[in-house]
Amino acid sequence: MSSLLRTDAVSKAFGGVQALSGATIDIERGAIAGLIGPNGSGKTTLFNVITGYARADSGQVFLDGKAITNARPERVFGLGIGRTFQLTRIFPSMTVLENMLIAGQHKERSRNPLARAGGAGARRHAMDLLDFVGIASHTSALAQTLSYGQRKLLELAYVLVADPEILLLDEPAGGVNPSLINIIADKIRELNAARKTFLIVEHNMDFVMGLCDPIMVLDYGMVIASGPPEVVRNDPKVLDAYLGTGDEDDDLEDGRAGT
Amino acid sequence: MSASRLTRPVAIGALLAFAVAFPLVFTNPAVTTNAIYTLIFVAWAAAWNSFSGYSGYISLGHAVFFGSGAYFTAIATIDWRLPGSDVFWLLPLAGLLGGVIAVPFGIFALRVRRHTFVVITIAVFFIFQLTAYNLAVTGGTSGLLAPTINFAAATYNNPFYYIALGIAVGTVLISWLIRRSRFGLQLRAIRDDEDRARGLGVRAMRVKLSAFVFSAVPVGMVGGLWWYFTTLVDPSSGFDPLNDVAVALMAFLGGLGTVSGPVLGALIIEPSYLYFQQQVAAGYFIWMLYGALFLLVILVLPRGIIPTTAERIGNWLDRKRRNGAVARREPQVVTAADRDKELA
Repeated sequence: MSSLLRTDAVSKAFGGVQALSGATIDIERGAIAGLIGPNGSGKTTLFNVITGYARADSGQVFLDGKAITNARPERVFGLGIGRTFQLTRIFPSMTVLENMLIAGQHKERSRNPLARAGGAGARRHAMDLLDFVGIASHTSALAQTLSYGQRKLLELAYVLVADPEILLLDEPAGGVNPSLINIIADKIRELNAARKTFLIVEHNMDFVMGLCDPIMVLDYGMVIASGPPEVVRNDPKVLDAYLGTGDEDDDLEDGRAGT
Repeated sequence: MSASRLTRPVAIGALLAFAVAFPLVFTNPAVTTNAIYTLIFVAWAAAWNSFSGYSGYISLGHAVFFGSGAYFTAIATIDWRLPGSDVFWLLPLAGLLGGVIAVPFGIFALRVRRHTFVVITIAVFFIFQLTAYNLAVTGGTSGLLAPTINFAAATYNNPFYYIALGIAVGTVLISWLIRRSRFGLQLRAIRDDEDRARGLGVRAMRVKLSAFVFSAVPVGMVGGLWWYFTTLVDPSSGFDPLNDVAVALMAFLGGLGTVSGPVLGALIIEPSYLYFQQQVAAGYFIWMLYGALFLLVILVLPRGIIPTTAERIGNWLDRKRRNGAVARREPQVVTAADRDKELA
């Protein structure tokens, strides 16, 4: 298998905070890769750098071997990287179907800028995807009337419209009810079977461990471990990152003992 | 279903027929004069809305295009000594000039968003007004006077009326085409969440700039027409900041971002402004009323007349349908006696 998305020693600081310090990840084509790490470890920042929402101070991003470092968001999307946001972002004052028709379909380019949006083909494609995620019955509702979980599904669906090669999902299971989490996981597996590659940031460990392979662990802006779930789960560095180092534990216990 | 589908074309057709017949029915020049000013603002508000209403970038600088169109038409007419109705051929050029000015203006102003954008459009506006005050070619404070036109007195207003109507209808038509196009969809996506839209491949700068440039063209055209009709442009009337506020108010009152809202707003506000100015009290009192009306709209009808009314009617129809369904079902409702029997 070949590498589809790769970052090479990406660093990014916000003022005095080093959000990323030499983050290197490598995602093979066809993988469902997981990216985990404690709060503030740089997961979303890495997403932002890859998708052009933040500029890298140093380091490189490659898609299919081609450098795309610091490309603008609209270009990154055009190259085949779709993403969703941690706090779901839909277009509230537009209908669900209109939301679906925004994304540029890079295959069809209309010459007449005033041609009606969404020809028969585009509409059918949009309806198929809404059907796929299970919100086809809300087509003509305003997106702001959707529940949080439905918004997540809509965001996934409209990113899929342009048929991206790889999807970056920022906490797809965050804030949604358990039955919907399973649905989302199933959808990801189905899409993966249809040759879509995924990179998923998620805090829900059951979700990540059950779905992703490999898993990369980010801490203080660096990848401290990566590999299959069972390896990562037992890696002492990972346990330290999540639970604090052994020294800190001692401090903690001393502190408790003192009170 | 077919009846309701026919309602809209029939209503639009009736409105157009009325507009075309208007100067033939109401031949009083005082009335047609007010109608021409109203149509000028219909075109301006519709054009403004096709950028500001759809994209959410509120421009208070479109008077730049209006004044530039007016001055361009004035200077060209005087320099080239154009007679009578030949001047009307300048209007497409006046519109083109508005579009050309909008390119650097837009590239400069559209880098920033929201309040900063509004402030920059105001700043650019004042640069143009000050320039008009100080250039020799614009006639400074005294402005530029149109030559006398030898139209027949009885039908003097008609050419102006029909050209204003043509520009207004064309602008509304294009505004409607934009709204249902992919381009319009992307503009509205920018209004909702510009960064998210970029992440879906929307080339935000290009889309915004195109809309900005398009919206400048009809405004430049009606600026030229306005000069020839009023016969005088000076810096304070050509570049009038109150026109920008009035146009924004028209769009907000009717329904920002809808096709018909700004048209309705212009049809309400401009005639009532003219009536007030001519019949009640001239001067600045009307502007205080505007301010109060703006506050009222924002507080009571924040989405404007068209969306609010459409929603009310929709809800009313829903309720009627539901009540109708209940009424029809009523005979089937089981009576207490039936239930007793069932239980027994």
